[in-house]
Amino acid sequence: MVQKLDTLEETPSQTAGPYVHIGCIPTFAGVEGVYPEDLGKRAIEDGAKGEVITITGSVFDGTGWALRDAMMESWQPDAAGKFPGQKGADPKVNGFCRFAADGETGEFTLKTVKPGKVPYREGGHQAPHIALWITARGINTGLQTRIYFEDEDNEGDPLLSRIEQQHRRDTLIAKKTGEGQYRFDIRLQGEGETVFLDL
Amino acid sequence: MTDLGTLIPRNREIHPPAYDVGYKTSVVRSPTQPLLSMESTLTEETGPMFGHSLLGPLDNNLILNYTQGRAPAVGERILVHGRVLDENNRPQKGVLVEAWQANAGGRYRHKKDGYLAPLDPNFGGCGRALTDENGYYEFLTIRPGAYPWPNRGNDWRPMHIHFSIFGTGFGQRLISQMYFEGDPLIRNCPIAATIKNRSHLDRLVAPLDMSKSRPLDHLAYKFDIVLRGRRQTMFENKMEGM
Ligand SMILES: [Fe+3]
Repeated sequence: MVQKLDTLEETPSQTAGPYVHIGCIPTFAGVEGVYPEDLGKRAIEDGAKGEVITITGSVFDGTGWALRDAMMESWQPDAAGKFPGQKGADPKVNGFCRFAADGETGEFTLKTVKPGKVPYREGGHQAPHIALWITARGINTGLQTRIYFEDEDNEGDPLLSRIEQQHRRDTLIAKKTGEGQYRFDIRLQGEGETVFLDL
Repeated sequence: MTDLGTLIPRNREIHPPAYDVGYKTSVVRSPTQPLLSMESTLTEETGPMFGHSLLGPLDNNLILNYTQGRAPAVGERILVHGRVLDENNRPQKGVLVEAWQANAGGRYRHKKDGYLAPLDPNFGGCGRALTDENGYYEFLTIRPGAYPWPNRGNDWRPMHIHFSIFGTGFGQRLISQMYFEGDPLIRNCPIAATIKNRSHLDRLVAPLDMSKSRPLDHLAYKFDIVLRGRRQTMFENKMEGM
């Protein structure tokens, strides 16, 4: 026998299941009175600096059906590219938000500020983006992806530039539909499948 | 957001594959293209942190939190406790652990759950806790019932509690389930079986822990959770020990 490592292995994932809302956003699920309000209800508070934007979209399965049961989380920096907890970060930006697909339409909405670009190693930077984590029944391990913006300079972003096919890169870029309005659809499988991340 | 450092890449071998024909819903919800792998960035290395001001006194007591202490939930009283560690075996302090589960009859308080078993008027089914200095958390709850679900002809979920865990970085985010030692339904469950290696699945099975059980009150089950770790340099290791 070789020597033993003293490191541990990550706990294996299991699906969040159809009732993830009870655990993560109970008030939304109708389980009222346990917490004063759901965690991550707002990405920003009133007075957050920067451009307030709304991102709308759906999560589609391989048959083209918009999931009614998806639960998502987003994480992002403020308009100056500082994450909550970092020195000088905008105290009105929570950075974290939880939101769910509508039970009738399957559409979700995220209201937040447009994030700033984030420093990357050796003086580079990452283009403005929001990290997104998607869970639902039938998703065995939460899916990581990112929302970039079509009206930002995405050239040289270290992640986007790793995706060779333009049409695949485009799956990570929110389309501008109006002033402060963006559309970001996620396709779990098949034609136009979103690029999911492992980082 | 104090504990910066590159995250150790996920060992995808221990996680269930996205596509599993035995778990029918995964068939149309599984990406077919490979994941894009890259070293973590500030986006994944930072994450939301929650303080004690978030928590109410009954948040980790699922027996009482739905009625805010007025009446206890029906069922077999159990304590579920354990530690949250990272892959470097370091306790994760002050991280949020959320749990949700069915009631003693196997029914969720959710409009989509139409199982025959009745709702318990005193049971909501969710709780949360922050880990202490040593990474410990605990929940007082009732043992959830097994329940049937539409998948193959006669599939039943073993008794289980769903867990959602935050680390200090968004890239550590994890949702999983805890099973109970000795439950024979584990071996028939297509969701448990999405984990392909029994030794990996066993890490989700909490043993009965008589050392934490309280006479005439509750049994206890121990469930430790490991999150992704951060790569440490030798220098950082030394600093830690100083
Ligand atoms: Fe369940």
